[in-house]
Amino acid sequence: MEPSRDDFIIAIRSAFLKKGTKQRFSLTFLLLFSVVLIILGKFNFTPIKHLKTGLNEIVYRTSFVASLPEKYADYSLKAIGAHAKIYKDYSSLEEELKKLKTEKYKAKFLENENKRLKKILDNVTYSSDIVFAKVLIDKQSPFLRSIIINKGSRNGLKKGMAVLSDAYLIGKIVELNYTTSRVLLLSDLNSKIPVSLEPGSIQSILSGDGKNSGIIQYTKNNTLINVGSIIYTSGTGDLLKPGIPIGKIYSNENRNFTDFFIDFTQLRYVQVLSYIEEENK
Amino acid sequence: MSEFPKENIIKNLIRSVPLILLFISVFNEIDLNYLEIFSLNFSFILIFFWSLRKTELLGYGYIFLAGLINDVVTGFPIGISSFNYLLICGFAAYLKTITLRPSMIKDWFFFLFTILVVNSLSYGVLNIFFSIDLNYKNLFFNIFFTFIFYIIFANLFFIYQQKYLKESN
Repeated sequence: MEPSRDDFIIAIRSAFLKKGTKQRFSLTFLLLFSVVLIILGKFNFTPIKHLKTGLNEIVYRTSFVASLPEKYADYSLKAIGAHAKIYKDYSSLEEELKKLKTEKYKAKFLENENKRLKKILDNVTYSSDIVFAKVLIDKQSPFLRSIIINKGSRNGLKKGMAVLSDAYLIGKIVELNYTTSRVLLLSDLNSKIPVSLEPGSIQSILSGDGKNSGIIQYTKNNTLINVGSIIYTSGTGDLLKPGIPIGKIYSNENRNFTDFFIDFTQLRYVQVLSYIEEENK
Repeated sequence: MSEFPKENIIKNLIRSVPLILLFISVFNEIDLNYLEIFSLNFSFILIFFWSLRKTELLGYGYIFLAGLINDVVTGFPIGISSFNYLLICGFAAYLKTITLRPSMIKDWFFFLFTILVVNSLSYGVLNIFFSIDLNYKNLFFNIFFTFIFYIIFANLFFIYQQKYLKESN
């Protein structure tokens, strides 16, 4: 048994300790170095963090280039597959197009009818214009919920204009400068806008609670409001364009709150909506 | 005279093919896991084969570096892949030392033993030391397909070695 054990030890020594003739580093040294890296990495050792950051910078860029052939091959395969599918899809798409064309004519008819009826009822129509703006500062103070955008009077903005994100109302312009403006968010305590709750068309006032939600105020009967009702701008007082979605109702301790559709802490780009009521002649 | 440097470049390029393949595989994270259960660790096959047949083609330093790159690409803690790769080199070097008459089948089964040990160690370190959970089923299939495909790739590499690297055998 003794010689065989010796042979094993000699073989292990030769494999791990002996540096190969054309090797610059010893295998054991590199193995130990790897173990040291693992241990230091476990304890978040600062130089290891820097090493990882540096490696990330280089490797991510190089990996992007190295994976281009694979991505191209994948893209080509998908393109070939898509070409083969085109013939199959053509007839079904033609059928769908016919249906959509019919729907389009129907929708056009309804749109015209809607305009005609509005003329009879309100004697007004709305035309709106959208200005896109970037959020410059969105640092929320505990007392004021507002953001600064990079558009101002130079771009045709006016006080009181509605500010939207993804077609949902988030606030209105309260301070106007030449190139910037301040938008008061709906969650601010000072924000009060007339709203309509659907279904039921209940008219109310939405007030901010200074946190991240709103409170429904001045409704005659709270029991009429259903949890899950959608809140839209009502357009009362000609402050904002009617029908812009805001959020939905949720109830907490017998009080109705608003869960806004947009997270006000994640705003990057917004749309400023100007609208004009046009008198119909 | 003008032919000499060109020949040298081609010769060096031919000798660098395993190293180039290793770096491409770690940068691309080639595990061919487009299918549900199919995945294989190409780097393991490449390192084991060339460490066994021609150690000088894949320097330990390069293998260590490839491991670091693999860790960054896969998001594992730094050093894990380097440790695995170098351990495979160690096992291959041990097999080379004890073998008098090389046989592809013996190498194949020793490769299975090697990847079982290496994967078990790495699973243990990741799970116990770093609390990272790995899917046990996926790991099993990865080992299985890496083992199965070793013989195919080993034959391909062997043909390459016979054809282009014969002079230094």
